[in-house]
Amino acid sequence: MFDHDVIIIGAGLAGMRAAMAARENGVDVAVISKVHPVRSHSNAAQGGINAALTERGDPWEEHAFDTIKGSDYLADQDAVEIMCREAGSEVIAMEHMGVIFSRDEAGRLGTRAFGGQRHARTFFVADFTGQAMLQVLYEQIMKASVRVYEEWFVLSLIVEDGECCGAVAMDIRSGEVHVIRAKAVIMAAGGLGRLFEPSTNALICTGDGMALAYRAGAPLMDMEMVQYHPTTLKSNGALMSEGARGEGAYLINSEGERFMERYAPSMMELASRDVVSRAEQTEINDGRGVDGCVFLDCRHLGEKLIKEKLSQISELARDFANVDMAREPVPIRPGMHYQMGGIKTDVQTLTPLPGLYGAGEVACVSVHGGNRLGANSLLDTLVFGRRGGEQAAERAKKRPQSNITESAADMERAVIQEMLDRDGGGEMFGKIRLELGQTMNYHLAVFRDQQGMELALAKTGELRERYSRVMVPDKGKTFNTNLIFTLELGFMLDCAESIVLSALERKESRGAHNRTDITDRDDNNWLKHILVSQGLEEPAIEHSPVVITRWEPQARVY
Amino acid sequence: MDVTLNVKRFDPDVDQPAPYYQEYSLEVEDSSTVLDGLIKIREEIDGTLALRCSCRSAICGSCAMRINGQARLACNTKVADAVPNGNGAIVVEPPGNMPVVKDLVVDFKPFWDKIRAVEPWLQHMGTKPQHEHIVTNESMLDLAGVMDCIMCGACVSDCTVLEVDSNFLGPAALAKAYRFVADPRDSEHGWRLGELNEYGGVWDCTRCMQCVEVCPKDVDPMGRIMALRDKAMEAGYNRTYGARHAAAFTKHVEHSGRVDELRLPIESKGIFNIVEMLKLAPVGIRALLRGKMPPIIHKSNPGMDHVRRIFEKAEKRR
Repeated sequence: MFDHDVIIIGAGLAGMRAAMAARENGVDVAVISKVHPVRSHSNAAQGGINAALTERGDPWEEHAFDTIKGSDYLADQDAVEIMCREAGSEVIAMEHMGVIFSRDEAGRLGTRAFGGQRHARTFFVADFTGQAMLQVLYEQIMKASVRVYEEWFVLSLIVEDGECCGAVAMDIRSGEVHVIRAKAVIMAAGGLGRLFEPSTNALICTGDGMALAYRAGAPLMDMEMVQYHPTTLKSNGALMSEGARGEGAYLINSEGERFMERYAPSMMELASRDVVSRAEQTEINDGRGVDGCVFLDCRHLGEKLIKEKLSQISELARDFANVDMAREPVPIRPGMHYQMGGIKTDVQTLTPLPGLYGAGEVACVSVHGGNRLGANSLLDTLVFGRRGGEQAAERAKKRPQSNITESAADMERAVIQEMLDRDGGGEMFGKIRLELGQTMNYHLAVFRDQQGMELALAKTGELRERYSRVMVPDKGKTFNTNLIFTLELGFMLDCAESIVLSALERKESRGAHNRTDITDRDDNNWLKHILVSQGLEEPAIEHSPVVITRWEPQARVY
Repeated sequence: MDVTLNVKRFDPDVDQPAPYYQEYSLEVEDSSTVLDGLIKIREEIDGTLALRCSCRSAICGSCAMRINGQARLACNTKVADAVPNGNGAIVVEPPGNMPVVKDLVVDFKPFWDKIRAVEPWLQHMGTKPQHEHIVTNESMLDLAGVMDCIMCGACVSDCTVLEVDSNFLGPAALAKAYRFVADPRDSEHGWRLGELNEYGGVWDCTRCMQCVEVCPKDVDPMGRIMALRDKAMEAGYNRTYGARHAAAFTKHVEHSGRVDELRLPIESKGIFNIVEMLKLAPVGIRALLRGKMPPIIHKSNPGMDHVRRIFEKAEKRR
């Protein structure tokens, strides 16, 4: 058994930012992650981080408005105001820690344009901003000697007397299951992209954090809002940064036409992601694609710009699509990228389960609502990661450690043993996961309808039943990845069910949730959040109002 | 296409664990990567195979391993390119210079211990500016080349010095050190260079180029180590064996167009370094007996003006 004041589950940007903040507030903090921190999926964020720097004549209210309009008015405006107001100081803090942000002629932080925003306010490091920030935060973690439970897999949250007071986790290296007690727990375990096949997300993005909180009694919110990124490679679903369009790249169809002219005449390629993805899918469906793709055209940008600002994606295009970006258009298509929804939290990052906080993609505060703007995700991780760390530290200072014992892990040990003991004939996790991914990507994609979503619900039920009999051929203790993937699949099925149920519930089209059978936004009935919690028998669905501070919903035109 | 992967395996959970090779034959797409093949094995053929992987796009640094004897990322190595002679088995082994945990999974502790040893965080002792630091974009672009490092360990795996001297900081940690020494915002260059000049530091690289060859992100670790040597000498750290060797080498070539093999070791070690001079004596005697003693009078190469002009040009470019 291990004791800490604050534990943080997940070591991406939100988790490490939270760790730094908790540490600065004078408590003992530890980070638990199923991979080494620098392997976290934050490193895949390419394009940049948004911040309106007031001293440069970009008021934060403009950034807030762009974010709210981008969210299709589903974001909670109090949370958006906080995020946009605190953005500048977070970016400067990262610069002071050592992030090598790109500079302008005068040596100040340089910006690039990004989708859905009327002002260039995206700060960046070439096209590997997330990686550059993740490395720097890990440097700070090393400097502060924060304990990292590296390659530990969290199996459950411990709840006693209605409060979260720790976690049960397996050391993947030894296979041993341990209790880690804490006075406050911050969930920062990232997204669930692997529910969809293909996805831009790394193989580790299996919704563990959302499912852990859900199983512990915390509600999930806005789960129907799944972002499809407009530019992903066909071969492996790899992400081609929005930075390319920010630097001026075009989207063209099979006829060489810049089709965004017909969908978003003023913002063109830089309209919100849901808008661009729908436009692309419409072009493809109407026969103006090639092999299920349209094209990202960077030819006019020139080799120098590509080398300096888009080096990573030009490598990706070369390695995975066999295309020289400076000479040929790259075939791309919309691909699942981000979950706007997550564990419901308030603006102080507290979930409805006392003792449990949430930040980053795993959480839903909700600053992204129906559609997240590019380069707002990194900002979300930093602002709410820091707030989470501060809040959790304050709680930890006021409370004693709970008196739970090592036996709190007995249940998880038994579940794992039962899984390993199953014998004969059952299937491995792989096929179930693949069928889940294909189902979600088919029925819960850019366009949805009642019939498709009902089919998906039936399918998740069938997969759940098969999962209850799944086999784990690897019986070893050391680094048993076979067991880990099987456990992850359980988390994925919980998340999938919450997505499908929320999507069926929302009887309108808003943001990323676009129904071909109900095409209009309906502010009278559906300007509200949908929450799913684990009920006694069936999941329970509730609604909650959207917080409107100063921006009344308007028609959304780009 | 059909392909055979010959995977080096190791299961620590059995009695008397020992490494062995296991062949897997499978069908993959023509465009598949070695990682796709390994994932297919562990998900469809043999669930006990252990490896690390995550992003599939050469960003997370998880899947460095030896493929046909050379460290690479499995996720950006195409099966079609890796099949030896068009039809042989692709040999897949864990990365080198780190202890194996299971199959293709190694213990990265030695890797991270060395990264940590160079104190890899920005040290800024003065007062912080109110806004951002004002620095040139060029200086940041130079650092971006190193920050592109994904800590995959390919360079460490195939470093020929680490193979014989585990005390060497190694290419990844030294490249990371360069990132701070070359950062105009860091105020601790002097102290850092002093540390890097010690045993295990920049002078222990043998310039074998392996790290440059295997780096999947073109970080050029060896180039960064050479740049650190230059910076160390410029900063006045010129009393080490390596620095003296470099200085004497340069001096000879500038004066005569070639190395004076008789004086190079003496000047490198320092003529007043009695212990080292006594160690050199038997080498000299053996060379003399076998008729391999370099000439006592060192003559210039013909065309010395050309050599001098090269030096003048190089001097101007600094």
